[in-house]
Amino acid sequence: MTQSKSFIVGVAALVCVFLLGVLSERSGIIEEFLFYQEDIVYLTMQHITMTLLSGGFAIIIAIPLGVWLSRSYMSKWSETLMQPLNIMTTVPTLAILALSMSFLGIGTLPALFALWLATLLPIVRNTYAGLKEVPEFLIESANGMGMPTWKILLSVELPNALFVIFAGIRTAIAINIGTVPLAFLIGAGGLGELIFTGIDMDEMVMMLAGAIPVALLAIIVDFIFSQLQYWLIPRGVNPLR
Amino acid sequence: MIKLENLTKVFESQGQATTAADNISMEVPEGEICVLLGPSGCGKTTTLKMINRIIPVTSGRVLINGEDTTGLDTITLRRNIGYVIQQIGLFPNMTIEENISIVPKLLGWNKKRYLARAEELLDMVALEPKAYMKRYPKELSGGQQQRVGVIRALAADPPLMLMDEPFGAIDPINREIIQDEFLRMQQTLKKTILFVSHDIDEAVKMADKIAIFNSGKLIQFDTPDNILAHPKNKFVEDFVGTDRTLKRLRLVKVRDVMVKSPPRVRMDDDLKVALKLMVERDHSAITLVNKKNHPIGSVYRSIAQTKQGLCGDHHYGLRTIVNINDDLRTVASKMFSHDTTWMPCVDDQGVFCGEITQRGVTHHLAATYNDNDGALAELYQEGV
Repeated sequence: MTQSKSFIVGVAALVCVFLLGVLSERSGIIEEFLFYQEDIVYLTMQHITMTLLSGGFAIIIAIPLGVWLSRSYMSKWSETLMQPLNIMTTVPTLAILALSMSFLGIGTLPALFALWLATLLPIVRNTYAGLKEVPEFLIESANGMGMPTWKILLSVELPNALFVIFAGIRTAIAINIGTVPLAFLIGAGGLGELIFTGIDMDEMVMMLAGAIPVALLAIIVDFIFSQLQYWLIPRGVNPLR
Repeated sequence: MIKLENLTKVFESQGQATTAADNISMEVPEGEICVLLGPSGCGKTTTLKMINRIIPVTSGRVLINGEDTTGLDTITLRRNIGYVIQQIGLFPNMTIEENISIVPKLLGWNKKRYLARAEELLDMVALEPKAYMKRYPKELSGGQQQRVGVIRALAADPPLMLMDEPFGAIDPINREIIQDEFLRMQQTLKKTILFVSHDIDEAVKMADKIAIFNSGKLIQFDTPDNILAHPKNKFVEDFVGTDRTLKRLRLVKVRDVMVKSPPRVRMDDDLKVALKLMVERDHSAITLVNKKNHPIGSVYRSIAQTKQGLCGDHHYGLRTIVNINDDLRTVASKMFSHDTTWMPCVDDQGVFCGEITQRGVTHHLAATYNDNDGALAELYQEGV
């Protein structure tokens, strides 16, 4: 029953794609699109580079920070320190970019800094929350077996918090990719160049030439992370498996 | 052997000091199970956790096999003590094999050795290694998880085990099974075990010694039988319950109470022989056995007096029998359910080897009270 249903849906989708293809070919959009091909490739690479740099650094800094905040000797301070982090997450990313620009000027560096900050927060929060959620008795049990503290962190706490941490990374990277187009506004390039210029010049195709690759990029990266989440997290603590 | 000397824990909170464990001193000989028993908040768990320093000691010391552990570093100390907690504490991110191998790996065993050990341990608790080694804890039932929790603590063969209400979270039926299994393992392993419980029945079943705690103090430290028979004060008396003598039934085996090699008759014996044996001993019935010495019935004195012929033609079927390795609780239960005051006892092969009577049981249980009451004991001796 469900099989035949999904078969029908699949066929319908294929027909739609085909009709869309015919429509866009007839209207000449494809040809116009190809006109921007070189720009798309160049700007996409720039876009990806910005995501990799800001996202990578965010992960590298955020996880140790989350771990540090979750240590028991930090328990008196961690909630207080988490407050500014939580408030900063509510600040719109566009505002962060603007603030960053007013301190660091125009160019790639302030854009990277703002992206890094926006990406950092969800990862720190989830790392902290994930580690705090590891049941106390697991740590007591590990202690009772004579595991050194670093070993408890690496083989008990982090693996058991990994799913939550990964969820934070996925959210953060999604925010990151969606924010990179805004980086154009402070002079850092990226696919935002096509989008915003397209809007300004009322060139629909130019705008789409920026918007469609951004959308595709977001979907592809999220898919990659979902696969990593599925395969990297041990079966025992992975609710997806 | 483990010895606690004046072990004390004082918790400070908001300028107020609470003594959770007050000068606890006790000694558990090698290979014995000591159950720390008491209501919640009595200091039993605090005492247990001070031994492996999960809770830091305020004062006093712990000696393991005569060696003071105060100077030992925490990691070494803990790797030599098996630790089982109520929540089991299996690591959900590791397979069963990885869970069991943790301490051996920490101790630097090679892979072949710790894998072999994990298999051996799983075999010991009847979990097929091939099927379970690669599974994750969430894929096991609660009872299976607790078995793994216990063998994980046994992995590096520590001489001492600390168990904090290890079977507390398991349903009653599985708990009995796991307790029996654990006791069977202990018969060969001979570990020194400290075991926290709040269940008097579990304590009586498992313990060689029971330590009763109340509000941070060790109130009584004795064998289960002595705790039940001679509670030291009102608190212990109330804690063990008004049916404490009934609980003692569990501590005594049939073999220790039965009358050994009692008289018996065979199918082809004359009723006169049966009557003679019964008159000699003032019994009202005698057990009839077959060629293999299995009890098959009984001949009553009233019948032997009035009828003539062979025992085989004038016997009644057995109401019930009991195994010599059963405890007296089983005997009492059978006596009540079959409305009888005596029954033949058989060994594992079904061979008749004794008889147990209601009087024998009550005498045995009451003996300890007489021994300790000077006046009564004298009277008893004069009477004899």
